[in-house]
Amino acid sequence: MSVHERRSDSEITERRLLQSTVEVARHVFASAAASVFLVDQETGDLVFEAVSGAGERHLVGTRFPAGTGIAGWVAASGQPMIADEVGAVPQFAHDAAESTGYVPRSIMAAPVIRQESCIGVLEVLDRSADWRGDLADVDLLAMLAAQAAYGLELLLRLRRAETELPAAPGGDDVHVLLQRISARVPRDGGAADPTALKLLAVAEELLH
Amino acid sequence: MTVTQPPWRRERREHFPGVPAWSLATSRLAPEEFGVSRLEDVTREWAWGGDDAGENSTGGDGAGVRVCVLDTGVDGGHPRVGGLERSLVVADDRDLTVVDCDPVDHVGHGTACAGIIRSIAPAVSLTSVRVLTDGRSGSGAALLAGLRWAVEEGFDLVNLSLSTTRSQYLPELHELADRAYFRRCLLVASAHNMPVVSFPWTFSSVISVASHDEPDPMTYYYNPAPPAEFLARGVRVPVAWRRGREIRSTGNSFAAPHITGICALILSRHRWMTPFQLKSVLYLAASNVVASQGGAHVRA
Repeated sequence: MSVHERRSDSEITERRLLQSTVEVARHVFASAAASVFLVDQETGDLVFEAVSGAGERHLVGTRFPAGTGIAGWVAASGQPMIADEVGAVPQFAHDAAESTGYVPRSIMAAPVIRQESCIGVLEVLDRSADWRGDLADVDLLAMLAAQAAYGLELLLRLRRAETELPAAPGGDDVHVLLQRISARVPRDGGAADPTALKLLAVAEELLH
Repeated sequence: MTVTQPPWRRERREHFPGVPAWSLATSRLAPEEFGVSRLEDVTREWAWGGDDAGENSTGGDGAGVRVCVLDTGVDGGHPRVGGLERSLVVADDRDLTVVDCDPVDHVGHGTACAGIIRSIAPAVSLTSVRVLTDGRSGSGAALLAGLRWAVEEGFDLVNLSLSTTRSQYLPELHELADRAYFRRCLLVASAHNMPVVSFPWTFSSVISVASHDEPDPMTYYYNPAPPAEFLARGVRVPVAWRRGREIRSTGNSFAAPHITGICALILSRHRWMTPFQLKSVLYLAASNVVASQGGAHVRA
């Protein structure tokens, strides 16, 4: 198995975690759809990272400009909210909702917060009318958003690691890397860091 | 009751820092008495004219009270908002200056909050400062700049249906909230119902508001388990939204403007109150605090 294959394999695990969060969200609220947006830290854009229900086949990767709709406000303010009867007024069929191909009657959204910053938004469209109580709905959504935060953070961490790896000179060439490592190992009889030695042993096994 | 202003409503005395010291030789000069209320007679009727105040001309209507809404901007033309005194925005420049702008709201949230305040205090003066502009997280700097402006401008009430999770803003925000409190500018902030630490709603110098799920806009409760001190209507609230629309919305950010509106009613009837006194009156007039022989007790 190549290094690249292993990477994409692990990304599948991170994605599944996020996907399972939106699946749970969709089912507990018996809703039409549930999704997690990532807030692009550079542009503020909202990017669909996981979708369950309406739009799940085509929405992942779709972007909306910063400040769009209720999800945009939730990302900016850090406050969860529910908007009901949005579909009762025809004008609501606005840009973003229309472009997703689904115009909801109700939207619940909660910020996904990690390490003091809002990294995403969890959104549930058209939850069922079953009586759970609106305050209970907000609390449950907030708890699921906390779970989504871990999933999203793992995904971001993985992507960061991927982009940082080739930055080292000759990072892709294993021989250059080995030469650099060899140059760092003390030659005067001094002991190398035991953790580093263990990791090298693991690396040798993996390269086998 | 005296007709003169109580001491805290008069001109501030000029003095050097630390001179005079804060202590007072009360044996030589008795502290001035102020005949306002010892609060034993504080009821909802006393506080704002009772719950029928809306139509009743003797009740408070928010007249003369200036409220600043720090949010996404306010659509000044929305029928539920009923006009703005001023509309401003924290400019996206290096100094984050606060400048006048068109009374628009691209999101709808600020318009919703302003509409709630107006529905409770019809004669109140509303000013909007847009601090949430582009939906990007980390706009704490704009929030600080907008809040500093509002405190300097001397608004009676500032509605903050937002919070920040970034601890880098904590010391400055804390200092600003305390300064507002002593300048008779009361900050009303929505509580955060997520398992994260955020502010300014957690500060004792502000009034923090979470939601109850009853439909009456004038029903509010004192919460004996702070930091959320009061519970106000926050579930399925009919609110103004962008482009002249109306939706029903749930969240603590809609509970806070209910308390802001009620505070405006109280202040328009009792202009002499400081934030400390107003908070006490708000507590005494809460729906779950009732007078009894032994003082205040909480209804079962």
